[in-house]
Amino acid sequence: MSASSSSGDDRARHRQRRRQWFEREVERLMDRLYGTALRLTRHPDDAEDIVADAIGKAWTKLDELRDPDRFEGWLFHILNNTFVSEWRRRQCRPKMADDSETCEPDNLDATSFSLFQQLHQPFLLWWGSTEDRFLNELLQDDLQRALDALPDPYRMIVVFVEVQGYTYGEVSELLGIPLGTVRSRLNRGRTLLQKALWKQAREAGFTVAFRGTEGEPP
Amino acid sequence: MTGRELTCEEVIEQLFDYLDREVDSQRRADIERHLARCRDCFSRAEFERRLRAKVEESVSVRAPQRLHRRVKDLLDRFDADETNSTS
Repeated sequence: MSASSSSGDDRARHRQRRRQWFEREVERLMDRLYGTALRLTRHPDDAEDIVADAIGKAWTKLDELRDPDRFEGWLFHILNNTFVSEWRRRQCRPKMADDSETCEPDNLDATSFSLFQQLHQPFLLWWGSTEDRFLNELLQDDLQRALDALPDPYRMIVVFVEVQGYTYGEVSELLGIPLGTVRSRLNRGRTLLQKALWKQAREAGFTVAFRGTEGEPP
Repeated sequence: MTGRELTCEEVIEQLFDYLDREVDSQRRADIERHLARCRDCFSRAEFERRLRAKVEESVSVRAPQRLHRRVKDLLDRFDADETNSTS
């Protein structure tokens, strides 16, 4: 066997091992990648595009990954960047009628609201906690619906911080917005989310003893 | 330790910063000391923690089979391109 064909075989084996490792890691993370992309984009087809695009980028940039133990965070960072770039690109398009939900988020009613305060009845503690009952009855479908209803600028920050555990500084860098804006959008996002959950719960017949029909979101 | 105990208002005001790990270790210890002795603030913190865990669970979605196939095809294409460029 010649030296050149031997080094060619080595390269092929290396490529194969690299591919197997990458595919195994990606498969392990696929559900969460897709779930995260789905919460960010809200649309299954868009979520699939973002995930496939991010995985393609990760594969081509794999040599830049210094520590394989950090693959997961690295891949999710690529996914987030891919989503943000695509989102920005779409924001630059002339506005379509169905884009209105993402416009003027500051006009939404995000006055202070606490779901806990709506539910908490200290004098009823010996009867069991209303907060516990609410959380136990809260369905994933309801939560996903409430999250999906948040305007993009709020939803993405809630997902980055609450789901992915990003710091405010990391979100600020990722989105290119000041820290104060991250804080205020996160605060509004949480407020709107809690209001939506409260509204859904009440529409589904959830009641808080001694409150009757009070406690509508302000 | 700081010189004084935090009030409930101060703890609630900083609760999300605390849950988001955006407070320094000193402030974290102050808040945890308060939570250990104040049932109302503890209940509030627990509620927000559990709600947050539910939000985190919301990304637990099974990826469709066609996405698995699409990714495999994509990697096959990259492999083929790489093989062609080195041969």
